[in-house]
Amino acid sequence: MIAIVDYGVGNLFSLASSLKFIGVESVVTSDLETIRNSDQIILPGVGAFGDAANKLRETGLDEIVREQALSGKPLMGICLGMQLLFEKGYEYGEHEGLGLLKGNVVPMEGYISQDLDIPHMGWNSLDICVGNSEKVAKGAPEGFAKENTLLRNINDGDCVYFVHSYFATDCDDSVIATAEYGEKLTAAVQKENIMGCQFHPEKSGKVGLAILEAFSQEVQR
Amino acid sequence: MIRKRIIPCLDVKNGRVVKGIQFEGLSDVSSPVELAKYYSDNGADELVFYDITASFEERALFTDILREVAYEIFIPLTVGGGINTVEDFDRVLKCGADKVSVNSGAIRNPGLISEAAKRYGNQCVVLSVDVKRVDGKFTVFAKGGRENTGMDAIEWIKKGVERGAGEIVVNSIDTDGVKGGFDLEMLDAVCAVVNVPVIASGGAGNKTDFVDLFRRVPKVSAGLAASIFHFGGVEIADLKKELCENDILVRL
Repeated sequence: MIAIVDYGVGNLFSLASSLKFIGVESVVTSDLETIRNSDQIILPGVGAFGDAANKLRETGLDEIVREQALSGKPLMGICLGMQLLFEKGYEYGEHEGLGLLKGNVVPMEGYISQDLDIPHMGWNSLDICVGNSEKVAKGAPEGFAKENTLLRNINDGDCVYFVHSYFATDCDDSVIATAEYGEKLTAAVQKENIMGCQFHPEKSGKVGLAILEAFSQEVQR
Repeated sequence: MIRKRIIPCLDVKNGRVVKGIQFEGLSDVSSPVELAKYYSDNGADELVFYDITASFEERALFTDILREVAYEIFIPLTVGGGINTVEDFDRVLKCGADKVSVNSGAIRNPGLISEAAKRYGNQCVVLSVDVKRVDGKFTVFAKGGRENTGMDAIEWIKKGVERGAGEIVVNSIDTDGVKGGFDLEMLDAVCAVVNVPVIASGGAGNKTDFVDLFRRVPKVSAGLAASIFHFGGVEIADLKKELCENDILVRL
């Protein structure tokens, strides 16, 4: 069973519905024991980095997520949930993330061309940069993630739905896919059992469901 | 690279989808859930539901339908119609909407845009504007196009984005229902002043109208239409193929 961490941020209706649709059992919860007993954990999130990080800390859920992830349980962050896996977020000030992945979350403004709208909203194609057909990508560049099991059911170039104004950077060792929006933006990450999507798999049609399905088959390491 | 979006719009009344030609003469079309599923399976990038009911009871029926749609369809859903307060945002977001579109409610109370943007994020707030030329000036109309507000549309849209609207739907009353193509001049004027996605609405009559739209106003992010999709004139899959052949990037 997947535990969807409920810390009062965002709309979890679609995520729970999409898991149900592919026949995966999930529960939206903030209960520590339920999270501890789950098979996989999803950390969702929309809104601002600082607010969300504070809410995670206030509820004590940051500790359980970190504890479980470090114990080898599959964890996937979605959108802001992915951003929270990194060390720091620079959205209205500087905020501490969970520090499970190396990297920081910074504004797109000033980084991408001024002609492009912010947020980066809509369907964009994934450039998968770490082989997804094998468990360990052959010939992955030094320092890059060596493993991409999250995107194993989809193809390079498949489109997914994005809505974000900030992006993860300095995270070369976990990036498994990027999306081109003026610049290459981090779209998906994986470091062993810790994974994340900047886009919304629960809003990305069949491609998104295939990603959720792959995640639901991840096991404790 | 980001794709141009094709968005069918479903006007819902009494639990059924309707589409008025120039906002009058409504006719019953089909079940919202069936239509939504059909569109989603056939390449729609997003769906817009407009609640065109008035009574409280019908509003509850609308949210039931929305929930039903959101249980089975996993592409972005935008809801509009009867959104006057932040509580209205809350009501539809809880039923699975991803974005909420405001129109007359924001005209009555422009603070609604900023309040909702602050609570749910800019990406959640879509400002939908019905625009008609009055003495050669783009003018905002309220109440489904029936009431001239006298406001300058370009100024209103600019202020809306400043207040936190994350996306703009420009519906040209002059071209709506006429099927003579999108209002390229109006869209050009809007795109020149905002840095958020602009969705074109009103006037699509055939596939070529979409090609013209994305070619001639390249800043437009999406094309929205109802009747040409509902009445079977244009299949979204065929439309996307045509766009693709014309080097316009779409999700296939």
